[in-house]
Amino acid sequence: MKSISLIKAGLVAAGLLIGTFNAQAASQTMDKIKSTGAVTMGVRESSIPMSYTTGDSRFDGYHVEICRMILGDIKDKLGMSTLRINYQPVTSQNRVPLVQNGTVDIECGTTTNNVNRAKDVSFANTLYVEEVRIAVKANSGITSISQLAGKKVATTTGTTSVQLLRKHEKANGVNFDEVYGKDHADSFLLLESGRADAFVMDGSILAGNIANSKNPKDYKIVGEVLSTEPIAIMVRKDDPEFKAAVDAAIAKIVANGKMPGLWNKWFLSPIPPKNIVVGLQLSPATKNAWANLNDKPAEDYNKK
Amino acid sequence: MDLGIFCKSTLDGEVVDHCFSALLGIGKNADPSYFDWLMRAWGWTLAVAGLGLLIALSLGAIMGTLRTLPPENPTNRFLVRLSTAWVELFRNIPILVQVFLWYHVIPALIPPLKAFPSYLLVSLALGFFTSARIAEQVRAGIQSLPSGQKAAAIALGLTTYQSYRYIILPMALRIVIPPLTSESMNLIKNSSVAFAVSVPELTLFAMQAQEETSHGVEIYLAVTILYALSAFAVNRAMAHIEKRSRIPGFIVANTEVTAH
Repeated sequence: MKSISLIKAGLVAAGLLIGTFNAQAASQTMDKIKSTGAVTMGVRESSIPMSYTTGDSRFDGYHVEICRMILGDIKDKLGMSTLRINYQPVTSQNRVPLVQNGTVDIECGTTTNNVNRAKDVSFANTLYVEEVRIAVKANSGITSISQLAGKKVATTTGTTSVQLLRKHEKANGVNFDEVYGKDHADSFLLLESGRADAFVMDGSILAGNIANSKNPKDYKIVGEVLSTEPIAIMVRKDDPEFKAAVDAAIAKIVANGKMPGLWNKWFLSPIPPKNIVVGLQLSPATKNAWANLNDKPAEDYNKK
Repeated sequence: MDLGIFCKSTLDGEVVDHCFSALLGIGKNADPSYFDWLMRAWGWTLAVAGLGLLIALSLGAIMGTLRTLPPENPTNRFLVRLSTAWVELFRNIPILVQVFLWYHVIPALIPPLKAFPSYLLVSLALGFFTSARIAEQVRAGIQSLPSGQKAAAIALGLTTYQSYRYIILPMALRIVIPPLTSESMNLIKNSSVAFAVSVPELTLFAMQAQEETSHGVEIYLAVTILYALSAFAVNRAMAHIEKRSRIPGFIVANTEVTAH
């Protein structure tokens, strides 16, 4: 009897001990941030105006600024005095693996939240709803995707637009000649040099690249909305506490009414480094996402 | 590790009806599976590499020979300078930079090139790059022959062209088959730079499929195996050529033991 009660007491003690350990080890990201005093933010290089480089290894953008605010909030929550942010450029191909293996703690680029990716990473609440459109040369006379049959269509490797085009080809029985750019700047170069007749990508990336090009008036964004996709900040999959902290910070930013100002700053005003204006109006879908914060994947948006 | 993803459709992720039989031409899938895409990408890799190899071997042999011409008259001297310039130009620029030059820069200077499909431009870039290396190897083979061969040819009254055609090149080319094997295998592997100019070959397939399926291990394993297989096949083909063209006892290295 004595030995059994001893064992029971030992188990209870062990349970309590493990419980306290668990409470501290619940968020490995927060622990890592607290112990190293630094956090790695994944950023893009040419996704103007969401996340891009302004030259000299500096990064800025709508999502990057929001992430800085989120990290400032987390810094206060952890009671740290300083937090060093290491900016890690990522590409469409390596952004998910880098978040998965922990190289990047929080990815603030232009990643679509969809069911497939949600298997590997977690997404914070959406603050930007994207519409996939087509960019063409203004004098090409192309106004809709149906006119692209047999023409060369550029898109970037590793993005959801590749599969979107494939599905569209199958659904409508058209056939495009697809050319793939390594990144968005490369794909836009294909359109610029005439090697592609159209560039299919998220509207903000199209607008940003057009605004930054040599002759923005030569290009037009045309055609129907091919897909509506929520763009969200990526964090590690098995770390619900960190995701909750990020979501709480986002809720605070929205509650403080900062979102319209951020939109105006990045989409409707001159942005660094060349002081050009992207000129994308706030869409009802994005406004709705701010009003009803959620992390629903793209499949839910396109269910209609 | 889930090798079953190769049998999934690229459109909706469902398992297709004819996974392997599509390869043999028996059944055709309504939507291509990842395996169909993999095979098509392999075909593109082999096509780009094969075309590049043709260009490289022919141009390389010519340029290497021209490098060794005796400087007895102005034509010869000009040809030597030309081939030296060729080799130095294509040897000193990295392969990826050359591919971009051929794809973006040179068509801007020579507009008719804009109509060329990207795989042709990549094959040209690969071919010219490798031809510079092959030229140097052919030159090494020619210059490794004892000087008595050239002297005897001239003494017999053969012209320069005849001495190269009947005496020097038959021996020199047999000597350089091992380095040529390496170059050919290198070309198969270097064809992976074609992804940068959107040729739908194995490397592009690997990057896109890995992003779509999130099964990087299986995808890259398959792509690695196919690259290794292609390179090894070239190796065996060259070994066969070496064995068939061997003249026993003529060159020290050409014995049963060392030629493999």
